[in-house]
Amino acid sequence: MNGFSFRRFLAMLGKEATQLRRDRGTVALTLVLPMIQLFLFGYAINTNPRHLPTALVSASHSRYERDIVTALENTKYFDIRVYPTEKAAEEALRRWDVMFIIDIPPNFQRDVLHGDSPSILVDADGSDPTAIGNATAAVNALGANVLSRDLPPDPRFRQPLVAYQTILHARYNPEQITALNIVPALIAVVLTFSTLVSTAMAITREREMGTMENLLVLPIQPAEVLLGKILPYVGLGYLQISLVLAIAVVVFGVPVAGSLPLLLGAIGLFIACNLALGFVISSVARTQRQAMQMAQFVFLPSMLLSGFLFPFRGMPVWAQAIGDVLPITHALRIARGVLLKGNGWPEIAPDVWLMAGFALAIGVVAVLTYRRTLD
Amino acid sequence: MTGYAIDVEGLCKSFGSRRVIENLSLRVVEGEVCGFLGGNGSGKTTTMRLLCGLLVPDAGRGTCLGIDILTGADEIRRQVGYMTQRFSLYGDLTVGENLAFVARLHGVADRKQAIGEAVERAGLGGYWSQLADQLSGGWKQRLALAAAVLHRPRLLLLDEPTAGVDAKARREFWDLIHEFAAGGMTVLVSTHYMDEAERCARVIYLAGGHLVVQGSAEEVVAEAHIVVIEAVGGAVEAAAPKLRRQRGVETATVFGRALRVTGTDAAALQGAIAAAGLEGFEWREVPPRLDDVFIHMLNNPPEGTSYGEGG
Repeated sequence: MNGFSFRRFLAMLGKEATQLRRDRGTVALTLVLPMIQLFLFGYAINTNPRHLPTALVSASHSRYERDIVTALENTKYFDIRVYPTEKAAEEALRRWDVMFIIDIPPNFQRDVLHGDSPSILVDADGSDPTAIGNATAAVNALGANVLSRDLPPDPRFRQPLVAYQTILHARYNPEQITALNIVPALIAVVLTFSTLVSTAMAITREREMGTMENLLVLPIQPAEVLLGKILPYVGLGYLQISLVLAIAVVVFGVPVAGSLPLLLGAIGLFIACNLALGFVISSVARTQRQAMQMAQFVFLPSMLLSGFLFPFRGMPVWAQAIGDVLPITHALRIARGVLLKGNGWPEIAPDVWLMAGFALAIGVVAVLTYRRTLD
Repeated sequence: MTGYAIDVEGLCKSFGSRRVIENLSLRVVEGEVCGFLGGNGSGKTTTMRLLCGLLVPDAGRGTCLGIDILTGADEIRRQVGYMTQRFSLYGDLTVGENLAFVARLHGVADRKQAIGEAVERAGLGGYWSQLADQLSGGWKQRLALAAAVLHRPRLLLLDEPTAGVDAKARREFWDLIHEFAAGGMTVLVSTHYMDEAERCARVIYLAGGHLVVQGSAEEVVAEAHIVVIEAVGGAVEAAAPKLRRQRGVETATVFGRALRVTGTDAAALQGAIAAAGLEGFEWREVPPRLDDVFIHMLNNPPEGTSYGEGG
């Protein structure tokens, strides 16, 4: 038994290789997951997003205004849509439809020509500082010379006199603190990990331990098993986010601009989404290990495509479409919207309905995949 | 009522391309303890699962306690107690918690009393707040039995309840089974132990998913028509392989200092022993035992049967 035996080492190696070859889940995970990561990081993720939806509120359509709009579009950072009123633009900003509002005051051209140096107001959605960072820099870089070609050759317009000013305001997060973006989102992320995994394990564990056979022979209905297994984890989930929220507010200074009960209610629906998905996984997976591996395939897009770490608007359309299917994308928007923007029911309703649809569809699948026999 | 607790015919069940149960017909009289025997993979567990609705048969029909097994699975679940081969209660719950859980699922009306009775009978009183995982094999089986009878089922299906349990615990477990039977319960119990088979009013022998023989232990032995000759006095270890090579010898087995030789034809067996040319032995014919019969059946499966894997 002394020393390193090559024969024993080979025996161990051979056994391990045989077991690994039969463990398809692990092989799939180690081969497929990096591929997905490669493509997501390579094609979907963009920390310098361009073509950000931008609302333009402008009373008149003067030549100077057109110059400024063209210059902004030329930076490639802004996709400009015209909104009739400030109020409509404001609403769009809260609903995540646009990320900037460019408000050009009435009589802009006249004021420029009078040398009054009028101000253009740029409101940026500061709830995601990363997403707006480069775009705001581009606005500042435009400077006054945008108009220089069209300005009359008047000595009054020589430096240092400025034709107009840009006042930039990062809404909801004036100091552009990253924590204010990440911490509210953590509510959704933490819940994804805890509730999805715990339900995914719940049924699989019964099967792996052999207790499923006894449970199946007892007179209990699938819905009873489902609800009974899930509710304790809902409670645990709420305990968890209460803790996260408390720390977010006390330690990180996250504001609670909207209604907390509304947020907690919407989060309940998000928990339901995760539990339903976890239940489907647990019905399909044969072992707890497999369940964990399947959960990985949910976690990866949830982290990368939801807008948690990387700007949602920076992703190509296909990636945004995948992100929109994931309940976490909507939960993130709700959490950030209610806490930072003070969003109420009208603003969060679209996200709530999408999550409800997801929960319902996956819930039906969950009940259908639950087998009452061992067949 | 039919007078049969179990009355099924033509049951078939396949898993993928593997036929586990083939055209199985089975009747168990109400109130009797029926032993369910057969080799590994002969279909005992599958049959029990078919009977209690855990599996749906591919073909066949029948009743359990007069309830159709195809349409009445829910009702059967309420009236049958099933003890799985593998311990299937919760290891991280205590004895009391496990029993309470099962009783509540069954909606047992007088829960406290029912649990109390089951605990009393199974002698689990001292283990009430012990985690199930911490119980030894024998006590785990008692807990499982107690859980299976909590709702006072009319039919008890026990799948190898004493596998891996010591002799004393096995005997006590069987005393318990007979107590339940005395109360009017029908019991179908699978086992590999011959002493247990002999404690059954009737045994059913399954091979390759077919019912091969059924009857009381004496009937089964009598119907098998095998001859057993025992020898002492010679070198048994050396003699056994020589005898096995002879035509007419089915088995030649060493039991300590004795040699046990079986065959189906007395004359052929005598001839084979003579031909083997063994010296120093004292030969005498003895009555066959139940295990002789079952090994004979395992060696000579009826036509058309094949052995599958698993239970």
